[in-house]
Amino acid sequence: MSTDNKTNMFPDSSDLIEEILNKYPSKVAKKRAKSLVTNDPEIDQEIQSNIRTIPGIITQRGCCYAGCKGVILGPTRDIINIVHGPIGCSFYAWLTRRNQTDAGPDGENYMNYCFSTDMQDTNIVFGGEKKLEEAIREAYEIFKPHSIGVFSTCPIGLIGDDVHAVSRKMKEELDINIFGFSCEGYKGVSQSAGHHIANNGIFKHVVGLNNTDPGGKFKLNLLGEYNIGGDSFVLEKYFEEMGITLVSTFSGNSTMSQFENAHMADLNAVMCHRSINYIAEMLEKKHGIPWIKINFIGADATAKSLRKIAKYFEDEELMAKTEEIIAREMLEVQATIEDVKSRTEGKLCMMYVGGSRAHHYQELFGEIGMRTISAGYEFGHRDDYEGRKVLDSIKIDADSRNIEELDIVKDEANWRDDLVAKKTSLEDKGYGFSEYEGMMPDMEKNSLVIDDISHWETEKLIEYYKPDIIGAGIKEKYVIQKYGVPLKQLHSYDYGGPYAGFKGAVNFYNDIDKMVNTKIWGLIPPPWKNEPELVAKMADTAY
Amino acid sequence: MRKIAIYGKGGIGKSTTTQNTVAGLAEMGKKVMVVGCDPKADSTRLLLGGLAQKTVLDTLREEGEDVVFEDIVKPGYGNTSCTESGGPEPGVGCAGRGIITSINMLEQLGAYEEDKALDYAFYDVLGDVVCGGFAMPIRDGKAEEIYIVVSGEMMAMYAANNICKGIVKFAQAGAVRLGGLICNSRLVDNERQMIEELAKKLGTQMIHFVPRDNMVQKAEIHRKTVIEYAPEHPQADEYRTLAKKIDQNQLFVVPTPLEIEELEGLLIEFGILN
Repeated sequence: MSTDNKTNMFPDSSDLIEEILNKYPSKVAKKRAKSLVTNDPEIDQEIQSNIRTIPGIITQRGCCYAGCKGVILGPTRDIINIVHGPIGCSFYAWLTRRNQTDAGPDGENYMNYCFSTDMQDTNIVFGGEKKLEEAIREAYEIFKPHSIGVFSTCPIGLIGDDVHAVSRKMKEELDINIFGFSCEGYKGVSQSAGHHIANNGIFKHVVGLNNTDPGGKFKLNLLGEYNIGGDSFVLEKYFEEMGITLVSTFSGNSTMSQFENAHMADLNAVMCHRSINYIAEMLEKKHGIPWIKINFIGADATAKSLRKIAKYFEDEELMAKTEEIIAREMLEVQATIEDVKSRTEGKLCMMYVGGSRAHHYQELFGEIGMRTISAGYEFGHRDDYEGRKVLDSIKIDADSRNIEELDIVKDEANWRDDLVAKKTSLEDKGYGFSEYEGMMPDMEKNSLVIDDISHWETEKLIEYYKPDIIGAGIKEKYVIQKYGVPLKQLHSYDYGGPYAGFKGAVNFYNDIDKMVNTKIWGLIPPPWKNEPELVAKMADTAY
Repeated sequence: MRKIAIYGKGGIGKSTTTQNTVAGLAEMGKKVMVVGCDPKADSTRLLLGGLAQKTVLDTLREEGEDVVFEDIVKPGYGNTSCTESGGPEPGVGCAGRGIITSINMLEQLGAYEEDKALDYAFYDVLGDVVCGGFAMPIRDGKAEEIYIVVSGEMMAMYAANNICKGIVKFAQAGAVRLGGLICNSRLVDNERQMIEELAKKLGTQMIHFVPRDNMVQKAEIHRKTVIEYAPEHPQADEYRTLAKKIDQNQLFVVPTPLEIEELEGLLIEFGILN
């Protein structure tokens, strides 16, 4: 791909879109066409998203159960998460993401254990409720946890086991917090449904159970940060230094007692908008705590986000401390950029991941001079692309109706009039709350935005754009590498990270520098593919 | 061996008709096995004399994989072999999956092997074809002949027509065919003519018209088929005739289900207008 020499602008991708769609049957082409948009940041463009993948298309998406159990509840250490289902689904009973955690002061850490009811044919026929009861009892007797979560897999919904009734019964019997999730894999169109169901469950059964003041002058919840590769650890240090009390993180390096106390915070800072905005909205509706969108992926983004948080608390000392941290950390950031940029400037990247990551990581790439030629989400909704301004115009379809919408009422006893007043006064000064502009306005003109990209589309894009690197997940990794293009896993970071905050940014610049400048990708296809006979010489001296 | 499945609306008398017919076949010297495919496990009560039988699924649950043929198949009237698939209590688990599991278990245990020297295997299936599990007996070349028990009542005919739709689906992929309608009379006006006409429209036959007789109830209270309880009674002869007709049946078709308007038209023509 070549950009226009004079303007350095991306080429119009309509011929590529046409080529991609031509391969599809006409009905499929018509449907897919609405999910491929040549971006123009100056105008409002609609992109079709959060609709069912067409059968036969190889999608990146995961299931509702993976979103609920794996993503949202997976990183919390002191809850026993029992997967109710066959053992195959229970591969995800084990922590398969790279969420890290502290051990905790009390050793209550069940993250590296697997709990499954191991449903057999007989349990499917006669129902698995008794087996679930026994599993809960057994887990309790061995570990004595404070909370147990129960996660439904597909067959549970099909045979109609009532995980909620069993949970209620066992909660009474064992006198600990036990709650179930109807997160059967087939629900919704992607893992996004599971995020919503997890948000609802945590809000209904956990948030608000403990009214103890967590103490401190500035109390913050960090929402939608999952501590992949230790991201949360980096951020926690900044908050500590700033004198901010981190009441809870949803859900990297988290505990249930943090969730119970989350309604005592003064502000909710939302990182991954897609997976956690529901809790932010519900906390505001019920307790009057406002939320802001922040992003700690990228050094500039981190500086901006820290400043925004500090500004909210309207405290001179805090703002000064924040500037001090930024100035100090930016030294290393700038030094690294200076070194790396000469080798990365102008290179192209593409990203197909998450419901926020494909947006956030563009900042990091941009800081070392790399441009995003194409990006898209795996399970994002229109508001993640176009901004929350389109929320009212999103059609509620049967798949969304399938997910419970909680009826939240104001909690008079724990209502923060002070924060409501603060929000109004700050808004008057131009401070933005509950805002998210989405990914598309931040992308360059003519870049290609694709929702729920398919295998076929990925291949065509590689041929057309010849990107220097792609950010996606493990399912895409090896196919893309076979094209001679390096792939950075942006779900799990390929054993790398942390990538959040200033320290994380430095790690990322260095990792990407190595990936896009290694010569190995030029050796695919291997030399012997073209030259069947390779000549080698014996070494002169044998050792 | 002929493999036969009996379907029909719930409460139409499938189990009673099946067991009485099987008794008739047994009297003729045929070796018959009856497989009850209903979680209530009451499809072999009359042949076993009310003997409470341990079902395939109960046995499987208690014995694990170590099930032997004799554990689940009991001898009944006239040297018949009786087995009940069983299933969960109402509102729990998946009865359809239960049917699939137990039929597979019977096959694994060689219930239909040559050495059992069976002339007939009868599957008595619960109600309508409610899910894939209840269609199991007509899938994968298990039952090849189907008889639908019906009466002149609207809903019974409606169910019969629906079952035919199911048969069409499986007939396209396999050997299953419709052998005929068995009219179990409910004393509806013009019942015989109406069911004969329905059978014609479905492309099949009304193989027999079983009149209503209280002797059936009486025999049932005594946990017996009419043939066993009152062998001289005319109703016993009706079942013998039905058994004979099935034994000699040559008409096996892929049915042609009716549109709902056509079905209602039939009722108006025979029921209301006359």
